[in-house]
Amino acid sequence: MSDVLINLAYVVAAVLFIFGLKMLGSPATARNGNLLSSVGMLIAVVVTLLAHSIVEFHFIVIAGLIGAVIGAFAARAVAMTAMPEMVALFNGSGGLASLLVGWAALYNEGTTTFIAFTIFLSILIGGITTTGSVVAWGKLSEVMPSRAIVFAAQRIVNGAFLAAIILAGVMFCMDPSTSSPEFIAVLVLSMILGVMVVIPIGGADMPVVISLLNSYSGLAACAAGFAIHNNILIVAGALVGAAGIILTNIMCKAMNRSLANVLFSGFGAVKTATKVEGEVKPITVDDAYLILEAASSVTFVPGYGMAVAQAQHVVRELGNLLEQNGAEVTYAIHPVAGRMPGHMNVLLAEANVPYDQLVEMDDINPRIDNIDVAVVIGANDVVNPAARNDENSPIYGMPIINVDKARTVFVLKRSMASGFSGVDNPLFFGENTRMLFGDAKESITGLVAQFKS
Amino acid sequence: MEAVYLTFVLVLSIFLGFELISKVPATLHTPLMSGANAISGITIVGALLSAGAGQAAIASWLGAFAVAFAMVNVIGGYMVTDRMLGMFKKKDSGGSK
Repeated sequence: MSDVLINLAYVVAAVLFIFGLKMLGSPATARNGNLLSSVGMLIAVVVTLLAHSIVEFHFIVIAGLIGAVIGAFAARAVAMTAMPEMVALFNGSGGLASLLVGWAALYNEGTTTFIAFTIFLSILIGGITTTGSVVAWGKLSEVMPSRAIVFAAQRIVNGAFLAAIILAGVMFCMDPSTSSPEFIAVLVLSMILGVMVVIPIGGADMPVVISLLNSYSGLAACAAGFAIHNNILIVAGALVGAAGIILTNIMCKAMNRSLANVLFSGFGAVKTATKVEGEVKPITVDDAYLILEAASSVTFVPGYGMAVAQAQHVVRELGNLLEQNGAEVTYAIHPVAGRMPGHMNVLLAEANVPYDQLVEMDDINPRIDNIDVAVVIGANDVVNPAARNDENSPIYGMPIINVDKARTVFVLKRSMASGFSGVDNPLFFGENTRMLFGDAKESITGLVAQFKS
Repeated sequence: MEAVYLTFVLVLSIFLGFELISKVPATLHTPLMSGANAISGITIVGALLSAGAGQAAIASWLGAFAVAFAMVNVIGGYMVTDRMLGMFKKKDSGGSK
């Protein structure tokens, strides 16, 4: 197949990627959009295999089969609750592939300074993506502690790493060769930097990191595309890079923090929130049932705790029973609830909650005063009124779901420990708040049993 | 000149990406992310070219590993996205089990 035909086929693939991404923007067309984009990928792979320059197939067939089997097995076996760490691993695997493509490009003849620079970029971005994703996976799957790991002079150490990488990179670009010690230095230091930049980021900030790494995996493909002069890599990589940046930005806005603040500071140790005092009013499952039975509108506000307790199925069962009882049921989801963008939506979709019942923060807040009962399940910081009222609070200014303005609030909670940010939550002491202590799944199962009897 | 032309492609693609994705509802953030992630597996094209070109043995090995990792990304990414999207249902569209 001639190069012209191959490049024309790449144009078709790019168009399919673009339409695929566009269709991912609406729940009704999203599945077909993903299918379209996968057809684009198939076209790109098939025409590449027909290129004249490909003369050996045994490497490709064996490696491709191994990769396909691992990918397919992982995609089928993964539980929905483990989705954040799965996405992190796929990101890392894409980043590593781009790193290797950049590395292999070094063996092509006639490496100019420009090509050397793009190889350097694919090693740098690919390396950070690879090890950063592995650390993110470790934190999300709790193989390693999910809290922020910070130490003195962390920023100075990271700055020194980056400076060393740039120095080695410049020296490599001046005199690119396959045996360049500077090249090895860039490779090793980039991988170390990937670890260093993710360890100081705590569990609740993970949505930002996952979307940022997603962006990097696209940019790494982009850089590899420059290194081998391939348009389709550049176009597709740039699309993914842009998508990741937009998501990152949405996540940062939802926490009212800048990207720099998320990346470089362990969480707000500086300010101390005004101490909250008051009386906590516990409630039993029996009493909670009586209130819910009389309610005509109920909204569930899930958080990471719902994922941990695996409570999404019983929550949906309770939601259905409430609907049969005549109540209007919604699920209000904060953009950063959970450990990745849209985490709660996926879990509730798994439990068969129709997507038109999932409402965003900006839709629920204006009408929250008319909600009879807001049920907070495993969420804390995203419903903390201190973000609105207390200027001394470290989370002051973060947009929250104003559940405290609902007529009654149930908070399902294991104990009185504070949330990830370590901030006291005045919601628990509110006049209209009732605390339902215990395992969220057990409490909800109790309520479901009451409704059925 | 080639570098300028490739940069041109890059800049336009980034703008296109921003335009395309800025309006995705929060419900679809996870599938968008994993779907986009699958697209970043496009690096497989570069991997195939390295692995099959019959050049230096090291380059072929690097290419082969790249093919394997990119394939994990592509197949896994698309399949997992499809699995997730299969669960998103509208009310009363026959999906309630």
